[in-house]
Amino acid sequence: MNSLFIILLSAILVNNFILVRFLGICPFLGVSKQVETAVGMGAAVTFVMALASAVTYIIQYTILEPFGLAYLQTIAFILVIAALVQFVEMVIQKVSPTLYDSLGVYLPLITTNCAVLGVAILNIDAQYNFLQTVVHGVGAALGFTLAIVLFAGIRERLETAPIAKSLQGFPIALITACLMSIAFLGFQGLL
Amino acid sequence: MFSELLSPVLWLGGMALIFGCILGYASKVFAVEKDPNVPLIMDVLPGANCGGCGYPGCEAFAVATAAGKANIDDCPVGGSAVAEKIGEIMGITSDGSQRMIARVICNGTDENCTNKFDYYGVSDCKEAVIAMGGNKSCQYGCLGLGTCERVCPFDAIHVTKDNIAYVDEEKCTACGKCIDACPKIVIALVPASKGVHVDCNSKDKGKEVKANCSVGCIGCKICVKNCPEDAFSFENNLAKINYDKCTQCMICVEKCPTKAISGDSTKLKINN
Repeated sequence: MNSLFIILLSAILVNNFILVRFLGICPFLGVSKQVETAVGMGAAVTFVMALASAVTYIIQYTILEPFGLAYLQTIAFILVIAALVQFVEMVIQKVSPTLYDSLGVYLPLITTNCAVLGVAILNIDAQYNFLQTVVHGVGAALGFTLAIVLFAGIRERLETAPIAKSLQGFPIALITACLMSIAFLGFQGLL
Repeated sequence: MFSELLSPVLWLGGMALIFGCILGYASKVFAVEKDPNVPLIMDVLPGANCGGCGYPGCEAFAVATAAGKANIDDCPVGGSAVAEKIGEIMGITSDGSQRMIARVICNGTDENCTNKFDYYGVSDCKEAVIAMGGNKSCQYGCLGLGTCERVCPFDAIHVTKDNIAYVDEEKCTACGKCIDACPKIVIALVPASKGVHVDCNSKDKGKEVKANCSVGCIGCKICVKNCPEDAFSFENNLAKINYDKCTQCMICVEKCPTKAISGDSTKLKINN
């Protein structure tokens, strides 16, 4: 139990996927103009990461390892995640149109997101058991959500802030992301 | 050697095949019935996303139309031509709604209407209204500072040299953005086919109108008495045309003592 909590906390704060591991930077910059869309993206990522962690764990230990195919890990995981996201999208669209309206547009964006592939491979490297894998997946996604929502909140304010013309738009966004990343370094001593 | 090469190919290929089958099966099981008419309607819509129909963008309108929630002729930009095409897709006929255009119902140019003071503020009607309702003597008239011109997505309304807004009838799509933007609400939608309009918005009594503007409606009711079709009504000290009754005989245009009623005889020819 204690180890699960440590895994969760370290995935959210200490080893934050975006700000410390630098995974999933594309949606971090692309979908962070408004807090609302950032929350939608974060929810979709959380959903997919938890599922992908579980499914890739099963694939790794039932197919790849027993048949000596561990070196195919990356390509196999990409295949699994892409198929999984497509499948989940179809199911959600049918079962819950409301959820689809809020998550649906972001789901295809995550199909080949490096953060999702990253969490799957990191799970295997850390030799977690099944429960730890899922907790780590959820924690990593919550960390992603935390970072993107905070970033979107800052960017909303940057829109109206007096910023030098040469820094407007992406330059100031990247500087902001950099400062946030430095701030998250402070969590290194937490655990 | 051969099996080393073959087994990963088979395993990966097999996995991909299984996923493919699952996805293919799922797409049938979880298929959401979408109205096939929606993309067809999207194709004929103008795609301006102006929101004139009351829906957020053309796609929302297409979905609503396909579901029968919106009328096929609700798109003000496309007008009857688009309504006809949507009608073909949906298998229903348009009820032949007439094309509407925006019209500035004021002719109070610098020449016709006096100013009560010189305005040196921001060149925007909404700002000018804060300063004692604008500099025109007539509190109902067009200020001519171009707020409507700036909101028009179709470049259809312009302020002339005489400081009054004028609608380009060819370009106007009746989306209503200028009407929402005008602080004086001196723009109205009128049928594009009609050429006779009361170009005055003043609800003041005749005496005040006459003091401020040479082309205002002074409420003499000559038009009401002389109209053979009984198309005029009179409310708030202002003559009002019932466009359904007006046959554009031009009698009111000739009789109006202040020339507050304008008549475009070219439209008469088009209609008859």
